[in-house]
Amino acid sequence: MSDPLKPDFARFRSRTFVISQENIDTDQIIPARFLTTTQCAGLGLNAFHDWRYDEAGHRRSGEPLNALDTAHQQVIVAGRNFGCGSSREHAAWALHDLGIRVVISSEIADIFSANASKNGILPIIAPKIAHHWLLEHDGVEIAINLETGRVDLGNGPSFQFQIEPFARRCLLDGTDPLGFLLSHDAQISAYEARTT
Amino acid sequence: MSPDHAHPRSLFDKVWDAHLVTQETVETPALMYIDLHLVHEVTSPQAFAELASRGLDVRRPDRTLATVDHSTPTLDFAPGETPPYANEQARNQVETLQDNARKHGIELHDWDSEHRGVIHIIGPELGATQPGMTIVCGDSHTATHGAFGALAFGIGTTEVGHVLATQTLLQRKPKSMRIHVNGQTGSDVTAKDIILHIIAQIGVDGGTGCVIEYTGDAITALDMEARMTVCNMSIEAGARAGMIAPDQTTFEYLRGRARAPKGMNWDNAVAKWSELASDAGAVFDCEVHIDATQIRPMVTWGTAPDTGIAIGDAIPTPQTPAEQRAITYMDFQPGEAMGEHRISQVFIGSCTNARIGDLRIAARVMRGRKIAPGLRMLIVPGSVSVRHQAEAEGLDKIFRFAGAEWRQPGCSMCIAMNGDRGEAGQLVVSTSNRNFEGRQGTGVRTVLASPATAAASAIAGHITAAGSLMEAEYV
Ligand code: SF4
Repeated sequence: MSDPLKPDFARFRSRTFVISQENIDTDQIIPARFLTTTQCAGLGLNAFHDWRYDEAGHRRSGEPLNALDTAHQQVIVAGRNFGCGSSREHAAWALHDLGIRVVISSEIADIFSANASKNGILPIIAPKIAHHWLLEHDGVEIAINLETGRVDLGNGPSFQFQIEPFARRCLLDGTDPLGFLLSHDAQISAYEARTT
Repeated sequence: MSPDHAHPRSLFDKVWDAHLVTQETVETPALMYIDLHLVHEVTSPQAFAELASRGLDVRRPDRTLATVDHSTPTLDFAPGETPPYANEQARNQVETLQDNARKHGIELHDWDSEHRGVIHIIGPELGATQPGMTIVCGDSHTATHGAFGALAFGIGTTEVGHVLATQTLLQRKPKSMRIHVNGQTGSDVTAKDIILHIIAQIGVDGGTGCVIEYTGDAITALDMEARMTVCNMSIEAGARAGMIAPDQTTFEYLRGRARAPKGMNWDNAVAKWSELASDAGAVFDCEVHIDATQIRPMVTWGTAPDTGIAIGDAIPTPQTPAEQRAITYMDFQPGEAMGEHRISQVFIGSCTNARIGDLRIAARVMRGRKIAPGLRMLIVPGSVSVRHQAEAEGLDKIFRFAGAEWRQPGCSMCIAMNGDRGEAGQLVVSTSNRNFEGRQGTGVRTVLASPATAAASAIAGHITAAGSLMEAEYV
């Protein structure tokens, strides 16, 4: 589940890709029929499948996502409440596989946000004004510094964001949460002895 | 855990406090101990693979309970035959869980079990779900188990791996919200209508970041199955979990179930569980009041679960681009009543509404009647034992006589990944929990409703409340 191409979130620059729709649920990000896989890899192919392809499997010509260029656009700016619905981590895997490294919205659903940061995607909650500006300015180049929690929007209203400190550590220096939990074996055993 | 008047605690606070292995600090979340880990085939294979790649074992197979439900076909097949999977991947996924369960000594309710079924149906059915527990599953509707006063929430697959390996999770304490539902509901109002009404009031992100406690006389009046329906859809309001304080109704439901405590242990457990209710003066981050007398049978008109309206009310004029997109997708007009549209399929099933009480209500409405010509109706019980109970009561005969398909248990059309689905453009009335675009098949237009409404609509061929059909007493 780890990424060989871990970006440096302390000095991250990329252009944005705007999906202004609100309440984008994880069924849109990766439809359920692609969940029968037992792997993490390869899901990017079907990310937003039903937006990008029609029922016959042809690319929808008017769909902006079909022009997404993740070599330069690694930041999705989404409408409010991104990633709601199912807890499927496949949604984070699919976006990562597609090349997305950052999601910015005014609100991001809890489980998606937790899944994202565990898979090399930085979830950023933007203040309303900056969020609004980003939605209006598709494809702008932005700079992110996860160490200082700052997003620079060039001509736009730059802002500070909050992220849970442990998630920040994992994204910045690759701290392994499972390794961290395993290092507490003695405390876990003590808890078990105390309660059972 | 006796009430401390200086520091009154909520139900959620009490369960949270009792499961801290280490406290949270500014730098690190708390380590929370997990009492029960529910596992199914879709969100677990990558987690088991991660354990294998690190050479780790499952720490507490005895606290892990698995079944196969999402990718499993609901069609009949002869004993000894391979189940008619939708495709090879589905079969591979189920077999991967079978292998993993065997390898790690995990109790798996497989094809041969009386308790195979939707994971959130079988936990309570087995008495594995108990008050005061922490329960997780790689599935957002884990909130269902909160109906017992457990803290139950969905996790991602990476976290499934964490729990398998360590029986703990890294957690920050969520915010708390209390929803008071007071007043007598009408006799035609069911738990599904209550929760659709609540979600319509607070919105799909109304509970984001929160654990909700539902309270009030309209909640305590509900039986356990109805309480599960309410808690199940907490995630549809964005909440992490929903909880209801355990009471006599809870204890009576659990008494005698396979995994419930027995003998002296039972009395001790009930004494402990009785102390879980929120103390007077417990503080919540947010409180919401709902007048139960205002709730009517509900349906959704849009593609998010907060688009509920009372049946018969006009479809509203879209106020936002999201609502505009939804009404276009649903092919509805503002001002219309929902009943003006013919429906193609009706689905009764899912962890929201596939327990025996749900099937009894549907049977009461359908008894002696036929579904509308040309309509397809799938009735999918939540577990093998629900199916057998329904057959013992003769409900299957009522459904078959009506022209409905009486299926084997599973998630089925709730998530439409096992081959059961609708066709593009079809209008489907469903007792499940999500009406997202394409959830029940590409281009399918889903209307969420209660089992009573779904059954009545199947008879009528268009959306209608059960009304007078419900009054015909079911014997
Ligand atoms: S019935 Fe639906 S909501 Fe429930 S566990 Fe299955 S897929 Fe998820």
